[in-house]
Amino acid sequence: MIIDNSLIDYVASLSRLKVQESERERLIRDLGNIIGYIEMLNELDVAGVEAMSHAFDVRNVFREDTVEPSMDRELVLQNAPAQKDGCFKVPKAVE
Amino acid sequence: MEILRLSALELGNKIKKHEIGVREAAQAVLDRIAETDKIYNAYITVFDDALDYADAIQKKIDAGELSSPLAGVPMAIKDNICVMNKKTTCGSKMLENFLPPYNATVVEKLNHAGAVILGKLNMDEFAMGSTCETSYFGAAKNPWDDSRVPGGSSGGSAAAVALNEAYYTLGSDTGGSIRQPCSYCGVTGLKPTYGAVSRYGLVAYASSLDQIGPIGKNAEDIAAVLDVITGKDDRDSTSVSFDSGKASASLTGDIKGLKIGIPREYFGNGLDGDVKESVLNAAKTLRSLGAEIEEFNLPMVDYYIPAYYIIAAAEAGSNLSRYDGIKYGYRSEKFTDLYDLYLESRSEGFGMEVKRRIMLGNFVLSSGYYDAYYKKALQIKALIKKAYDEAFLKYDMILGPTAPTTAPKLGESLSDPLKMYLTDIYTVSVNLTGLPGLVAPCGFGSNGMPIGVQFIGRHFEENRLLNAAYAFQQATDFHNRVKGAAE
Repeated sequence: MIIDNSLIDYVASLSRLKVQESERERLIRDLGNIIGYIEMLNELDVAGVEAMSHAFDVRNVFREDTVEPSMDRELVLQNAPAQKDGCFKVPKAVE
Repeated sequence: MEILRLSALELGNKIKKHEIGVREAAQAVLDRIAETDKIYNAYITVFDDALDYADAIQKKIDAGELSSPLAGVPMAIKDNICVMNKKTTCGSKMLENFLPPYNATVVEKLNHAGAVILGKLNMDEFAMGSTCETSYFGAAKNPWDDSRVPGGSSGGSAAAVALNEAYYTLGSDTGGSIRQPCSYCGVTGLKPTYGAVSRYGLVAYASSLDQIGPIGKNAEDIAAVLDVITGKDDRDSTSVSFDSGKASASLTGDIKGLKIGIPREYFGNGLDGDVKESVLNAAKTLRSLGAEIEEFNLPMVDYYIPAYYIIAAAEAGSNLSRYDGIKYGYRSEKFTDLYDLYLESRSEGFGMEVKRRIMLGNFVLSSGYYDAYYKKALQIKALIKKAYDEAFLKYDMILGPTAPTTAPKLGESLSDPLKMYLTDIYTVSVNLTGLPGLVAPCGFGSNGMPIGVQFIGRHFEENRLLNAAYAFQQATDFHNRVKGAAE
């Protein structure tokens, strides 16, 4: 796996992150080292092994579909960087 | 000061008998913080209303309303666990001014028990790091040597206990973040079974691995804390109802016939000689107390780190997508449209290690790479779990080192992230498999730095780990050694 500029730019855009030119060289080196290392997993034949998400048996957790009290609007908005008329305020998103 | 030397339970008992007042205890710890934390930086925030809160707890104790053995005892909380209307920064510029509108379940439970919460503790940014150096608020320092790291990510939580800046603390552990700093700072800590403690109100890093746990001066103290914080919670659907009895009541000190396995693979290349000797000496002590110790081969150890970092980064990449500069957290000043707002806010708000893990995570999840990395890591996780399952057919618990070395010098780890990741070799498998792991002090390196031994148990058998550590601490005094700073 070659970690180059175009891959870094692609992954950065997926991540909604901007790569500073001053960080680029180091990022290519560090991610290259890390990905190079984790590629050792390829040594191992895992054919037929089921992917495991949870480490022990658990079942879906259900509850009655009833309306419960929710957090006050003011509390929800208290940390918003910008708000207007009881809503989160964002730059214009549709033309 | 003598009062600071007491364990949490000893202090709780004196408070109950009215020999020490709650305000007196809180004031003693606050004075200690004022004196030592300038150097060690274990706290990000000390609450300015802590003494008022202490008075309120005293009233409840006097009225007979609090029965917990920890009522009135001052403690502190890692800064990724929400305390209502108290800054919860996660060690990040992103959440520098975040005031949670609710309490984490563990905080509700502590409040109910009458804990006096003094403040919030330093950590690696978003719990990503093994040294506490990625904190936006500056590194915490090791209590035994301020030129060394306290470990991470719960570095502040372990350092505060070692410095007598809190009687006990809460940390979180995603790949060793409670256990490794306990080893570096010479204190006792537990990463409970996944699901034993509610994660509601814990800022998510890697949700399938994250777990909250206690750090304290000895096994008895953390057993008492565990009794307060465990339990199923409707607000965390991964929390589990289990009944293995009170942890505190299980401390008999009797470990006769306990079968302990020592994986040969945990003592190979890369393990520092002092650490190896101390951990094997701990095994000898346990044998002298009646445990049956045996070496065995544990497969898959070489694949722990790659599987862990793929899974942890993938979950981090997804979890941290919530930081968009809109709902809460940092918002950049310079943006022209919505996309720009996301991009600039995230790029300015996150530190380098967090960005690296988000990018790694989005890479392993991206189209074309998902099967080769992420899916494969989940298959390897199944094989790691199988290896542990087979070991637990023969042994009641597994004993090994916590970290390959004692605490490194500040600045040594940041230049090479891969090298730092590799030091997590002995801790990450416990998170991948959801098992409980406990670390207790077991010796010192030739550099004078503490070393911790790790006990790994079956799911929901933390009581057995606590009893083994309790028995060990009845026979040894490593946990009672006080580092220079606190004398």
